[in-house]
Amino acid sequence: MCGIVGLFLKNPALRDRLGARFATMLAGMADRGPDSAGLAVFHDPVPESGCKLTLFAPDPDHGWDALGSALAAALGAAPLIDVRSNHAVLRMDGTAHRIVDWLAANRPDIRVMGYGRSIEVFKDKGLPEEITARFGVEEMGGTHAIGHTRMATESAVTTEHSHPFIAADDVCLVHNGSLSNHNRLRLRLRRRGLRFESDNDTEVAARYFAHRLNEGASLEEAMEAGLDDLDGFYTFAVGTADGFAVLRDAFACKPAVLAETDDWVAMASEFRSLADLPGVDEATIWEPEPSIVYTWSHAGAS
Amino acid sequence: MTSVDLSASSVRELNARLHALPADTNETAWRIAEPRGAHAVAAGLTVPVSVEIDGHVGYYCGGMNQAASVTINGHCGTGVAENMMSGTIRVRGNASQCAGASGHGGLLVIEGDAGPRCGISMKGVDIVVGGSVGHMSAFMAQSGTLAVCGDAGEDLGDSIYEATLYVGGGVGRLGADCVEKEMTTRHREMLSALLERAGVEADLSTFRRFGSARRLYHFHVDNADAYR
Repeated sequence: MCGIVGLFLKNPALRDRLGARFATMLAGMADRGPDSAGLAVFHDPVPESGCKLTLFAPDPDHGWDALGSALAAALGAAPLIDVRSNHAVLRMDGTAHRIVDWLAANRPDIRVMGYGRSIEVFKDKGLPEEITARFGVEEMGGTHAIGHTRMATESAVTTEHSHPFIAADDVCLVHNGSLSNHNRLRLRLRRRGLRFESDNDTEVAARYFAHRLNEGASLEEAMEAGLDDLDGFYTFAVGTADGFAVLRDAFACKPAVLAETDDWVAMASEFRSLADLPGVDEATIWEPEPSIVYTWSHAGAS
Repeated sequence: MTSVDLSASSVRELNARLHALPADTNETAWRIAEPRGAHAVAAGLTVPVSVEIDGHVGYYCGGMNQAASVTINGHCGTGVAENMMSGTIRVRGNASQCAGASGHGGLLVIEGDAGPRCGISMKGVDIVVGGSVGHMSAFMAQSGTLAVCGDAGEDLGDSIYEATLYVGGGVGRLGADCVEKEMTTRHREMLSALLERAGVEADLSTFRRFGSARRLYHFHVDNADAYR
């Protein structure tokens, strides 16, 4: 099954309360996905010369400070570290890819959940209310967020198999459904040099979109290409540094509801997750059409 | 009038109260507030009561309905009126996929649009949609009538056995074994009566009729090679 949600704030006055609103939306999808939950929140971008990474350490006794010192010694820049449960958000100078490569070579125990300048990704096993409490989501501000509650069908229930999946710098994806050609597509992308963290079908979709974006496609073009190359059932929600997109496959078996007011756009698998949003009674509410890419962007909006 | 607020009471409690009503109950008028997208609201009713729901509901609202009249002043999730037997279900807003799925009887009115697979496997229910329906509507329909005032999506009536389909607007590609049929005066009269019963106004002159070509009913000897 699985549930997905997205909240994109048009009115800057609401941004302080993004996390509180979003936590309620995620909790609304607990019935659809009790195995694990996760979210990507976009806020507080670092300067262009820097980057932000969200890391996950399976070992609770692992020392974040020691990791920070090792990174500073190796790369010549000390990170600012914000620890949240078994995750930590690192802010530092330089490109994220340098740090991702260093971690892969030197600290394979550390998993990279997200990277970019705005994005922070938190995901773990458990009910959505436990996850949002564990990572302090209620207190988070931001411009937009996407999230997922998982009822696993394709692969194991672990933190690594939870959504969202990072696709590229400040691009990530949540998925309700299952892809049937992910093994072949993973092989194809591996031959082109892409690295995979898991055997999960959604990760393939995320890497596929990243690959298209790297080739120069816009988010909309990348998702439209996915209509041809991704076989299976899906409703996707995608978050980028300043945008938000929703796409359903041609069969449209997997549900989705969109709601929009002057202040916000929200997407959820079911209306239950939208019921508490302020002004929802006056919102325009509709079901996204199959095979149509819906996008919203902060660029020019605020 | 009996009022129930679903922010204070659970759907299970509401449905248990409705299921416990005797056929000759005096509590014939119910008003439900704050459904907040809940599933299975007013499902499984068996007595002729009237239930009005103020707000959007989730899946299977009014499912298996017998005799009751259910009105939803909002939108519906998947499978509104699924397998209804009799009575009337009216949706003032839009309905998601599989509205009226496998319905045996009664009348389902969707004043707005219905999503994909509206009337899938319908078995005698009458469905009137004021707006448009999505793809694969009336898939494997067996009996009953689907009248769509707006457009019908791709693959209308795919693998249809019987059932009568009327569409007032545009029609995408027809499904396998679904064909256009002559709209006779008798059909126009039946459609007019159905729309009147549903309280939906539409220009009768634009409607076309579709139904089964009956080519998939039986094994066809020319296809024998396909089974070797």
